[in-house]
Amino acid sequence: MSGHASTYEPKYAAGRWLDKRLPIVRMGADFMTYPSPRNLNYWYTFGGILTLCLVAQIITGVILAMHYVPHIDYAFESVQRIRRDVPFGWLLQPMHAVGASMFFFAVYIHMFRGLYYGSYKAPREMIWILGCMIYLVMMATAFLGYTLPWGQMSFWGATVITGFFGAVPVVGESLQQWLLGGFSVNNATLNRFFALHYLLPFVIAAFVGLHVWALHHAGQNNPVGIEPKTKKDTLSFHPYYTVKDGFAVVLFLLIFAFFIFYQPDALGHSDNYIQADPLKTPTHIVPEWYFLPFYAILRAVPDKLMGILLMLGAIAVLFVLPWLDTSRVRSMRFRPVARMFFFIFIFACFILGLCGAKSPDDMAFTVGERVVNGESRLIGLNFVWLSRIGTFLYFSYFLILPILGLIEKPTERPDSITKSVLGDKHPKPAVSG
Amino acid sequence: MQNEQVEEGRRDFIYLATGAVAAAGVASVTWPLVAQMGKAADTRAAGSIEIDLAGIAEGSQLKMLWRGKPVFVRHRTPEEIAEAENADVSRYPDPQTDTERLVPTPSGEVNPKYLVMIGVCTHFGCVPVGEQGDYGGWYCPCHGSHYDTSGRIRKGPAPTNLAIPPYEYISDTVIRVG
Ligand code: HEM
Ligand code: FES
Repeated sequence: MSGHASTYEPKYAAGRWLDKRLPIVRMGADFMTYPSPRNLNYWYTFGGILTLCLVAQIITGVILAMHYVPHIDYAFESVQRIRRDVPFGWLLQPMHAVGASMFFFAVYIHMFRGLYYGSYKAPREMIWILGCMIYLVMMATAFLGYTLPWGQMSFWGATVITGFFGAVPVVGESLQQWLLGGFSVNNATLNRFFALHYLLPFVIAAFVGLHVWALHHAGQNNPVGIEPKTKKDTLSFHPYYTVKDGFAVVLFLLIFAFFIFYQPDALGHSDNYIQADPLKTPTHIVPEWYFLPFYAILRAVPDKLMGILLMLGAIAVLFVLPWLDTSRVRSMRFRPVARMFFFIFIFACFILGLCGAKSPDDMAFTVGERVVNGESRLIGLNFVWLSRIGTFLYFSYFLILPILGLIEKPTERPDSITKSVLGDKHPKPAVSG
Repeated sequence: MQNEQVEEGRRDFIYLATGAVAAAGVASVTWPLVAQMGKAADTRAAGSIEIDLAGIAEGSQLKMLWRGKPVFVRHRTPEEIAEAENADVSRYPDPQTDTERLVPTPSGEVNPKYLVMIGVCTHFGCVPVGEQGDYGGWYCPCHGSHYDTSGRIRKGPAPTNLAIPPYEYISDTVIRVG
């Protein structure tokens, strides 16, 4: 898997025997000694954190599946039973539910990191695209999983999302009913969603394998975005980055544990403690927090099909980003103008997230009141318009990057990674007085 | 020389024919894998329901599940009927007169008192709430679609009017849906 010269030497006869036939220990050893840029910062620890998240979701998920019943009459109760009656269910169920949120929290930081340091640029396009694939499958998995507890949000979320397929011209309705296995979200739907929710994490695991393969083939990017030139520019993955990643994992687990033990429901929605009722929609449907920005984009447009296309476009544009950013400089550290737009982009994501959580007609800001036909109306900006502004800012990042690469003057970059770490000093630390 | 060319032509033919058979085989195996997800026979056969209209008081609405979806039967007030009938529908997103949205009773006339609709928002399928919204009809809380007293879309993201299920009057006060 790793491109560097192997230094593994089996110590025992058995090791040599195996190495000739299946060099799997060598593969692991080469992985651990992989030369990584010496300047990786804490933003680079999220890859390791994400791997941990995936493993944790799979382990807790398989355990939940031992107690969960995928039937509309029993699903809701079976999840409540896991939380109340199954030994350690009170711990394992929130680990999985909170784990999904932590997973997305980590993936968003990981992606913003990639955007900031230009990690999607040549020769790392495949790493980026595989990452986008993982993100897509993660979203599908989380959506399917959220249906399983069969609460009100589960049911109506599933209804709204599968409704997207109904908007496809001509074949929409058949497509939607094919997905649902009925005229509406029903038992067949819950059953297949469970089967797919069980399957997709393993698809993610396969994509993660490819993602890391591509990473070790093209080499890791780093905060200054210049390639390692000499041996001095790199460090062995172990122990340098295993320890750094390990420390970050501990901090991450602290936050994770806080939610599991003190706020297991803070990231969910209380309506999901009401069993699904096909006759009654909750007054305010919201998706899980990690989908809110896309939900806001969907609602920013009055037209149904356009809304969906724009929302899909917001994800699709990530796939072509390597070809949209025309600058040869990777890291935003040396791109003062692009950096400003990067922060505007992050800001837009947060604004959209906020809009997704609010009712479209509520006011975001008011500047005064006006009386129209005896009725007083608030003057200001409502959330529909705020989400329109957010959507505009979101997409403008991808429209500005191609132009910016051609006109922006980057600041001076260091000659090497080592110099960026140690300055122009001799690599040996100077003796100071 | 000539022989070799003949051989090559034959090989191409065998190659193509094998490929075609394999493709047809793969397709015929894939189809059941895809089609199994469609509506099962028992789901499709989910029969019809009968609703007695006499039990619905004026100004109230009955909700029943049909094919897993809510069906609304509203006994409209005279004001609601007047509003629905007098509307200038030509500028509505989905122009339909009130009569077009009703089904004749055994006498051949429509009975505007009873409005029967599928209570599923034509946007993304939430259940609209009655007697709400800017037009006194239904309001969908999910993304803010407003329907009038005939269930016609007036404002918001929903593209079409609330759908009318297939139904018929089996007597003056009983309908069969489905
Ligand atoms: C990519 C990894 C995964 C993600 C992002 C994910 C996400 C989710 C989410 C958001 C829920 C709803 C939790 C709630 O609101 O209560 C859920 C439930 C569930 N998941 Fe997963 N999951 C993953 C992997 C798995 C795996 C590998 C399995 C089993 C093999 C599994 C089995 C279940 C079961 C049985 C439930 C229903 C019980 C419950 O709601 O807690 N999940 N999942
Ligand atoms: S589902 Fe009714 S407005 Fe969107």
